[in-house]
Amino acid sequence: MPLLQIEGLWKSYRGRPVLRGVDLEVDPHEVVCLIGGSGSGKSTLLRCVNLLETVDDGAVFLDGLELTAVDADEDAVRRKVGMVFQQFNLFPHMTVLQNVVLAPVKVHGKDRRQARAEALELLGRFGLADKAGEYPDRLSGGQQQRVAIVRALAVRPQVLLLDEVTSALDPELVGEVLDIVRELKEQGMTMILATHEMSFARDIADTVCFLDGGVLLERGSPEQVFTDPREPRTREFLARTQRR
Amino acid sequence: MKSSSETGWVKSERQLAREARRRRRAVTSGVVAGVSTAVVLGLLAVGLTASPGWPRVRETFFSWPHFTEAFPDVLAGFWTNVKIFLIAEPVILAVGLAVALVRGVKTPAFFPLRALAVLYTDVFRGIPTILLVFLVGFGVPALNLQGVPDDPMVLGVFALILSYGAYVAEVFRSGIDSIHPSQRAAARSLGLSQMQSLRHVVLPQAVRRVVPPLLNDFASLQKDTALVSVLGVVEALRQAQIHSSKTFNYTPYLAAALLFVLLTVPMARFTDWLAARAESRRAPGGR
Repeated sequence: MPLLQIEGLWKSYRGRPVLRGVDLEVDPHEVVCLIGGSGSGKSTLLRCVNLLETVDDGAVFLDGLELTAVDADEDAVRRKVGMVFQQFNLFPHMTVLQNVVLAPVKVHGKDRRQARAEALELLGRFGLADKAGEYPDRLSGGQQQRVAIVRALAVRPQVLLLDEVTSALDPELVGEVLDIVRELKEQGMTMILATHEMSFARDIADTVCFLDGGVLLERGSPEQVFTDPREPRTREFLARTQRR
Repeated sequence: MKSSSETGWVKSERQLAREARRRRRAVTSGVVAGVSTAVVLGLLAVGLTASPGWPRVRETFFSWPHFTEAFPDVLAGFWTNVKIFLIAEPVILAVGLAVALVRGVKTPAFFPLRALAVLYTDVFRGIPTILLVFLVGFGVPALNLQGVPDDPMVLGVFALILSYGAYVAEVFRSGIDSIHPSQRAAARSLGLSQMQSLRHVVLPQAVRRVVPPLLNDFASLQKDTALVSVLGVVEALRQAQIHSSKTFNYTPYLAAALLFVLLTVPMARFTDWLAARAESRRAPGGR
């Protein structure tokens, strides 16, 4: 049984459709990469799964429970679904440690001392132990994004959504963030990534989905999608990205 | 700075020449600024004292004997202004923040409160403060309500709170609105409720951002404490008025003005200092 199920998702902004009936299933421990041009609906799809957007039609199920139900507890949903943003969105008035500890303490009611210990352990695992007392604006982009990932992991989500997490980074910092994502895959984290890093998607994805104009045009194994795409639009898109 | 032996850096001829030039330029700038200031002030002084009415003005506004005579009373009155300010300001901050927060709550049950908050800011930002002081100071006692104080000082403070609370509410609201929605999205994505996001993520950043405009409003309030004099509260302005009506000399007003300036200038410098500190933190290599 799939862990996450998206059925016929529609979403438009001011009458302009961004998602047109998207269906997607994600199994436990599966890594799904969403590829597609700017404005194809990748980010919107992720934001709908995390209820940062209200869907116009369709439904999202996690573990068989409908997240998009009218009476669903939004906060409870978000506790199970972690999200990492393109621009990191760390809280600038808090230290790294405070950023990570906030949700475990305030949302999950965890004991502060225990939450700190766990956060420090998690930071240490991702090479950030010495940054715990720093403020985000003292860190490099790569470090900030690693902290953002740790912050999302600290609440032990069932699914992690990563929205173009390397797009705002200098090229030499991309690697350190991708390494973490790779490590999470090895630990069996269920993830959906929107990404422009084609070689990374090919390397890490169990399933690659190509979105075009709000439609999920093609899905398949990375082998199949990257070497033998069925849809002409996919072929076109891949040719354009690989020319660079 | 590290010495050249440590870093292996010896200043080049070019750099030494550059620095010498910079020093020469700094000296020239200093001389120019000094001379032009002296010229401007000198012209102003000459222009003022050469005017036909100067002897009379000097006598009625700059009379030392009148100054020394009135100053103790004006100073005593000024403590009332300080007291009014110190009582009003914390209440204003609390009222302003509360009104700003109520305006941001979208829960349907809060609709009447929200409407009331909008009405409050619209009305009390529109009424001139002096008019409000009159209306509250003379209108409220006329109601003859049981338990409502009729002390003009209390009513004056109340009027100032009403007026400034509306302004400060708008300052807080603009601060809250200035925090990028992505901060709220990040907080919500971690499972924080709307209230928790506001309290732990949005408000702390918003408050830091509005400190300079708030201090500006404080400075304004310090001056407007003189408005309660229209209700007969004997503060600095009223004391000056009493003295000058006895002697027909305006120097006591100048004494009052001096006291207000002495209070506001440190506040202005403090605001500048805060702004400069915030600026240097944003600059490269800052904090």
